[in-house]
Amino acid sequence: MKFAIQINEGPFTHQAADTAYQFTKAALENGHEIFRVFFYHDGVNNGTMYGVPPVDDRNVQAIWSELAEKHDLDLVVCVAAAQRRGIMDEDEAKRHGKGAANIAPKFRISGLGQLIEAGIQADRLLVFGD
Amino acid sequence: MSVTKKFVYINRKAPYGTVYALESLEVVLIGAAFEQEVQLVFVDDGVYQLTKGQSTQGIGMKNFSKTYAALGDYDVNQIYVDEQSLKDRGLTMDDLQELTYEDEDDDWAEKSSMQLVNREQLAALIGDADVLLNF
Amino acid sequence: MSTLHTVNKSPFERNSLDTCLSLAGSGSSVLLIEDGVAGALKNTAASQSISDAMSKGVKFAVLGEDLSARGLPAERVIDGISVVDYSGFVQLAADHDNVQSWL
Repeated sequence: MKFAIQINEGPFTHQAADTAYQFTKAALENGHEIFRVFFYHDGVNNGTMYGVPPVDDRNVQAIWSELAEKHDLDLVVCVAAAQRRGIMDEDEAKRHGKGAANIAPKFRISGLGQLIEAGIQADRLLVFGD
Repeated sequence: MSVTKKFVYINRKAPYGTVYALESLEVVLIGAAFEQEVQLVFVDDGVYQLTKGQSTQGIGMKNFSKTYAALGDYDVNQIYVDEQSLKDRGLTMDDLQELTYEDEDDDWAEKSSMQLVNREQLAALIGDADVLLNF
Repeated sequence: MSTLHTVNKSPFERNSLDTCLSLAGSGSSVLLIEDGVAGALKNTAASQSISDAMSKGVKFAVLGEDLSARGLPAERVIDGISVVDYSGFVQLAADHDNVQSWL
């Protein structure tokens, strides 16, 4: 099966990003493919590189970057939602005159079309949210 | 794209108290470019998204309710409103905007995009969806 | 087509389980996850609606990891609700034709 994952909420405040992570990990372990993980609404905040949560708990942003690195996952942060909430890559930061990029490794910023395309290309789309 | 899928957007939340109504509408508009089959469902508090006469100056937020009226121009004309949800909230279809589209197969006649549905009909709709988007 | 419905909120917090059950047809499955696992326990105010749905042919499952996290033992889950793990969640998603996430 090819899965598309949509994550609607940010790290820590909701379990969404954690449940999605555990689902994604299990899917990969069971030989399935993850077509794309799309971060929407506050979900874009999973893509910040500046999170320094307490070390005795998981670092939600980091575990996603690591999983993406290990399995070559496509983690996409929605550009419109990111602009509203202040997640930027180098291009966005330059374009909007902001000091620096803050997007975490292995995440990329792109448009809502990536979500629609994921729905079209994947066999199943799951939404994790509030 | 050679694949055509049925995308069903489930809207269950009121506008303005949270961002979901606005940002789900943005997905619908972008999605329109992909020539898929699109159905919008308004159930539970989602029915509040379609009320007439929204005025947001007092809360200092952008009034995006006009966007629903434009959906017909984006070929989004299958809009389902859950009857039970309206009833539970003391609302009727008269409290909602009348969303229409121009039917190109019928000399551009203006037709209603909206249908009142019961739970049985909604269940069938959900069962037939290829992609279910929730916000 | 058969649908996998997921419900992630407690029935005592939100009406998502209620709306889900009013729309889940025979042959579909409902998986309770996150705070939604509260609905899986015996003798709650939600138990009757779950039994009613079961007798209409809706299958139920609950995510074991979320039960454990909340200190809710599997033995106290309604008879007939299977306890699954994340792999089971994946399998349910693969076995059904689509997934409806009730948030």
